[in-house]
Amino acid sequence: MSGQQADRPVPRHRPVGELVIALGVIALAIVIYWQTMAMPVSPIYAQAGPTIAPKISAAGLGLLGLALLAAALRGGWQPDEERETAPDMPALLWVLAGLVLNVLLIGVAGFTVASILLFVCVARGFGSRAFLRNTLIGAAFALIAYFGFAEALGINIGAGWVENGLDSLLRGKGH
Amino acid sequence: MDSFNQLLHGFAVALTPVNLLWCLLGTTVGTAIGVLPGIGPALTIALLLPITFQVEPAAAFILFAGIYYGAMYGGSTTSILLNTPGESATIVTALEGNKMARKGRGGAALATSAIGSFVAGTIGTLGIVFLAPVVVDFALSFGPAEYFSLMVFSFVTVSAVLGSSAIRGLTSLFAGIFLGLVGIDLQTGQARFTFGVPELLDGINVIVVVVGLFAVGETFYVASRYRHGKDEIIPLKGSIWMTREEWKRSWKPWLRGTVIGFPIGAMPAGGAEIPTFLSYFVEKKLSSKPEEFGHGAIEGVAGPEAANNASTAGVLVPLLTLGLPTSATAAILLSAFQSYGINPGPLLLESQPTLVWGLIASLFIGNVMLLVLNLPMIALWVKMLQIPAPQLYAGILVFATIGTYGITQSPVDLVLLYVVGAIGYVMRRYDFPTAPVIIGMILGPLAEQNFRQAMTISAGDISALVTRPLSATLLALAVLALFGPKLYALATRPRQPSRSAG
Repeated sequence: MSGQQADRPVPRHRPVGELVIALGVIALAIVIYWQTMAMPVSPIYAQAGPTIAPKISAAGLGLLGLALLAAALRGGWQPDEERETAPDMPALLWVLAGLVLNVLLIGVAGFTVASILLFVCVARGFGSRAFLRNTLIGAAFALIAYFGFAEALGINIGAGWVENGLDSLLRGKGH
Repeated sequence: MDSFNQLLHGFAVALTPVNLLWCLLGTTVGTAIGVLPGIGPALTIALLLPITFQVEPAAAFILFAGIYYGAMYGGSTTSILLNTPGESATIVTALEGNKMARKGRGGAALATSAIGSFVAGTIGTLGIVFLAPVVVDFALSFGPAEYFSLMVFSFVTVSAVLGSSAIRGLTSLFAGIFLGLVGIDLQTGQARFTFGVPELLDGINVIVVVVGLFAVGETFYVASRYRHGKDEIIPLKGSIWMTREEWKRSWKPWLRGTVIGFPIGAMPAGGAEIPTFLSYFVEKKLSSKPEEFGHGAIEGVAGPEAANNASTAGVLVPLLTLGLPTSATAAILLSAFQSYGINPGPLLLESQPTLVWGLIASLFIGNVMLLVLNLPMIALWVKMLQIPAPQLYAGILVFATIGTYGITQSPVDLVLLYVVGAIGYVMRRYDFPTAPVIIGMILGPLAEQNFRQAMTISAGDISALVTRPLSATLLALAVLALFGPKLYALATRPRQPSRSAG
């Protein structure tokens, strides 16, 4: 698609993201090594004990981190198409807000309330401003999920105000 | 003939009304998630993993296999009508299929891809029936050293050979291996990398990582570039009944695609993208009308779709016979086996004949169901494409939270989910593949276990890995796969400054 742009001088960019990633991988390798060294190891397992695989992964990540660092210093590797597309920050923040609200409220207010807020925020991130409609869709979705999915899979998800109320209504018994 | 009898037994298992219902449910859900952008088989099966505590293994695997096959069928519908490939393996289908749809031949494109998928899926499943016992015979001689070396070979091909960069692929792989190490070491009781968080003693749940990377990360990514745009859905035009000429131009590509896809899928390297690209180029070369390629050539849909489904079947061979997953979905299936306390490997066919042959038989049945679901009922799936993105992604995230929170009711898992999601977003932005993370996380502990067993057998002598001929060969192949392409490129490259590929 961008075939005609090959002759134009490519604007220099700073591979900040790449540098951060490379340093992050190196830091992870160091943390793994440090934690591995802190493990007490019985001499019985000296040959192939619980530290051998961590050591291999620390070494592997360390070398890869250095290779990534070298690639970052040479100008980075991010695909042009990605680099030229600035992320839509408000959209990302809406999604993030939904997720944070969800984790904060799921214990206190229960799954349904937390899910509705998550649903509304994510939909807003994708540009849907129909708050009332999304609240209703989110509520329907969360309740179907709660009573269908969770019951079918036999997993217990956080009950809260709405669930317990409906549960006692449906089954005719209080909790 | 033994396989044949076993297969008959398998049909007896798969044809019970309950298992038929599981198969129908699986293929329907599979087609749906294949059609929907942003949600794929690995994510769906991961979210459904808790079902393994509820139903017997055969039923769960019939369900999962239906999802696995169904997603490949459904993915082509999205590629053809939306030009946004639903699954990465259907990118090629979008090239010609979308052009066909624009020219009002969407019906024929959908038909050739569904029938091609059926042909390839059926032949591929037959391939499993005949190839699996052969691989099992071969694998019975494997010791821990051979298994370890085989896993190393698989690690290298999955992460370093198939992606755009060996370094980034291996970084993903090692990150996954690290995630797999977190928790209590089962052989010694030593806690590893728990950082004082008691929730981490049991290890990081694979569901959290899969859902984080594939649901949360994907939603972040799509949200960051969605800009309230609208995808253009091409209305379905043209009869789904192919003309004589379209049949004539389709059947050879179906068979060629199958021949290309199945062996590549069955190799320990795996991958569904390579065979689809390969098939596309083969069809372009062999076509009597190469000028149509790029403008809606039916061969360019028929071949790659068949290759895609044949490789989907092929991937099950190393999974069932060696316990070796070569795709993210196969890795989740492996962890489903583990959830039942079953270790896939050469003994699986012996010890769990009902499960394995029931599963294989259900693949034949599933293919028939999928053909019906995806041709006469195509209009239904086209409707699903019209679900607007805001509600679709909001719904995906609500399901992702249930799936994750439901495991332990622990907010720690949710926080972990979001962290993994954020990392998944950065990985997408910076072109790191995600499948090696999952494969490393699930296969890593098995590789470690085999390595330590091999070391125990050899009394700590690491040379045991290279003195056993088969193990040495596999390690040599791994080294060759890792460095071969680089050396070849260095040797043949004309002197010119390197520029990043566009």
